[in-house]
Amino acid sequence: MNYAERLENVAVLGAAGKMGSGIVLLVGMEMADLGLKPENRSKKYVLHAVDVSHPALSGLMKYLREQVRKAAEKRIVALRKVYADRADLIENRDIVEQYAADVLDVIRPVTILEAAAEANVIFEAAPEDMELKLRLLTRVASDSPRQPWVFTNTSSIPIQEVDAKARLEGRIMGFHFYNPPAVQKLVELIRGQATRPEVAEFAEALAKSLRKTVVPASDCAGFIGNGHFMRDMLHAFSEVERLGRELPFVQAVYAVNRVSQDFLVRPMGIFQLVDYVGLDVCQCILRVMDPRLPGQNLRSPLLERVLGQGVKGGQNHDGSQKDGLLRYEKSRPAGVYDPEAKRYAPFSEFQADCDKRLGPLPEPALPWKAAVKHPLKDKALAEFFGKLEGLKTLGSELARRYGARSREIGLKLVSDKVARSADDVNEVLLTGFYHAYGPINEYFSERVTP
Amino acid sequence: MTTTNKPRRKVFVTAGCNTISMGSGRKEFHPKKPRPGLEDYIQEAGRAVLKRIGGAKNVDEGVIGNFMAGRFNSQGNLAALIPSIDEGLMFKPCTRVEGACCSGGLALISGIKSVLAETAETVLCVGVEVQNTVKALYGADILATAGWSRERKAGHAYFFPGKFSDRAGAYFAKYGRERTRKAMARWYRGAVENARLCPTAQEYHNSVKDLEAQALVEPNPRSFVEHLNVFDCSKVSDGASAIAIVSEEGLKAAGIPKNEAVEVVSWGQVEADLTRPPDDLTRLETTRRAAEQALMSAGITVNDLATVETHDCFTIAGILAAEALGLAAPGEGPDFVLDGHTARGGRIPFNTTGGLIGWGHPTGATGVHQAVTLLEQLTGKAGASQIELSPKRPYGLSINMGGDDKTVVAVVYRKG
Repeated sequence: MNYAERLENVAVLGAAGKMGSGIVLLVGMEMADLGLKPENRSKKYVLHAVDVSHPALSGLMKYLREQVRKAAEKRIVALRKVYADRADLIENRDIVEQYAADVLDVIRPVTILEAAAEANVIFEAAPEDMELKLRLLTRVASDSPRQPWVFTNTSSIPIQEVDAKARLEGRIMGFHFYNPPAVQKLVELIRGQATRPEVAEFAEALAKSLRKTVVPASDCAGFIGNGHFMRDMLHAFSEVERLGRELPFVQAVYAVNRVSQDFLVRPMGIFQLVDYVGLDVCQCILRVMDPRLPGQNLRSPLLERVLGQGVKGGQNHDGSQKDGLLRYEKSRPAGVYDPEAKRYAPFSEFQADCDKRLGPLPEPALPWKAAVKHPLKDKALAEFFGKLEGLKTLGSELARRYGARSREIGLKLVSDKVARSADDVNEVLLTGFYHAYGPINEYFSERVTP
Repeated sequence: MTTTNKPRRKVFVTAGCNTISMGSGRKEFHPKKPRPGLEDYIQEAGRAVLKRIGGAKNVDEGVIGNFMAGRFNSQGNLAALIPSIDEGLMFKPCTRVEGACCSGGLALISGIKSVLAETAETVLCVGVEVQNTVKALYGADILATAGWSRERKAGHAYFFPGKFSDRAGAYFAKYGRERTRKAMARWYRGAVENARLCPTAQEYHNSVKDLEAQALVEPNPRSFVEHLNVFDCSKVSDGASAIAIVSEEGLKAAGIPKNEAVEVVSWGQVEADLTRPPDDLTRLETTRRAAEQALMSAGITVNDLATVETHDCFTIAGILAAEALGLAAPGEGPDFVLDGHTARGGRIPFNTTGGLIGWGHPTGATGVHQAVTLLEQLTGKAGASQIELSPKRPYGLSINMGGDDKTVVAVVYRKG
């Protein structure tokens, strides 16, 4: 079965979720594109979009209609050639509508899991819960006569474990898209110990065809992306606790969040990122990583506490940010959750005080947006961080500790052989997290943890 | 035989007005926020003219040039929007004319002919287009109707950029690419620099420092056309222009002194066959004929022109127009531009408020906009964009083109 044949029948489990819907979009378009090639016209491409509820699947179809149209608009020059032999499709609008129809024609939204049993390829994008994933895969993949290949979008669970427990005999691989899959260029590919070479070959071919930037990661809980992000987040929580001895809690959260954005020249503060991913999702990931990486204490009582109070973050259907550790106004942070008072304290109550305590940014300022577009980015960053080092302020101290910790985490991922190289770690942070610079750099060199 | 179009009666244009050319580049423009509609633009431009000519009572007739409101705005019967400008225009005769991007030029000619026929002493002439109602790639479908419909299927997604990309490609092949591309970038720079002097221009807010470097970015045929980048193209614009076309009596009735008007000395109006491809992609033959007809009718040569407003829907069209006018020999248009002859302060300044690339290209309004610009320049009312005038060269020429060099109107004006 070649690439085009294998993609004739595909299933996506958890299709209506944040990651699943993006995977349906990308893979659905890839299948439609194959189907439009003259040599494949006799094939019938089918993608079973499996999820638990009809309302969620309706939402998926609406999302797909909008996104496919947008994608077709971007690709109009090429699509006119694809439909060159269709005399009835004349204007760009005709072509965009036809392409949207052709992609949607591939998608079968279903709530019946068994529909996936006829697939050659299964993308698993269920919530980050080992038991759930095993239940699903056991039902549709383990004993299926089709012997489907499984690509799990897990961002933390070791592939080998899933393989063994779901009895997949090497027909599985980690194919970790970043959020949102349609936009994010990065894909982490993770081979389990028994992953078959032909499965890996297919994954690489697909990633290439989707024009993704591929970084291979070893099969170690959390891989590279969450291996860095979770430890980075835990450092932020421990800094909040440390600062909390001198500052009110909400100010400590504000300070660490601001330092991790403005002082470290990152696209958003660490707690904003935690809210974006969802506190519940972070918790799931920690629960996967902690027991599998003993002695590293990958836990946060603070995270558990606020989650216990129902503070979750994540996004609304329209992509807007839900309140989490921070409160948002027009998707911009505007307050901090106080677990004692069980309310959000608005920035206005303490921002000026707290900013004063942190001290000024180095001059000239280097906002993240300016840094990523800077023609001499490395030089500008070196200058900025050089000046930061000279500032004897709380902000500078927190930032240097933070940058140094991030570097340590990155280096550990290399020494633990989770990543092949420092470049791979940096690529994941640059591409997957939109950082302006990789964590393994020359800007921060001191040690934070003993 | 060439027809001569020298009026038997004096015809003037006066009291011209342009709205802002709205679209990307203007600070006020937000693609997702509600914007003024077709009628708002018509009314704004029309009312400004009425105010200067003593009101609607002095208007005998209205004419409106528009290309494709039927598709951009789901609006037909545009003549009936003229009375919405002013109660006093109710029940007066009005006409809508269409000739693609030359609709404004045809509106001028229509008004001029009415004054010559003595069926009107004063014609209110409006040009309008509101195009930001659809995304650029769907706008391209609509604009493509200026070409032959049977060519659409085989045409590029961005049909007209595709047509002029083919022209640029043919020109590169015949005369060399590097120097031509440099001249195209120079044309872009001139357009934007002139637009910065005109507050209604779409590129008025443009603050890019090295415009030529920006315009030299390599074309990307995967997302656009083979031989042009986006800086080689006029933008999507919303806007209207209006002007009064008057006889001497009309001018008197309006109480406007002659030095605030310019005389329509002559014109050229030429139509080519929509179903026939150009004989030579490196020439604008229809444009050449229209300009020749206008200049011959006026009994002047290009050397008598103080300034030219030409239809630079694409940078290459600006260069080809310089050749069509005989200012440069075939293949030497790029040198003419690179030597600074078309620049402000050059031998013959072109498009002094930015032209289609710098001022904007609300398609159906463009021909009227050119008349307003020449009126302002020749009467010394062009504000910051004013060029120096020599009494030896009192003429201005406009060239308005519809489609791929199919419908062309050229008009010669003289200081009143």
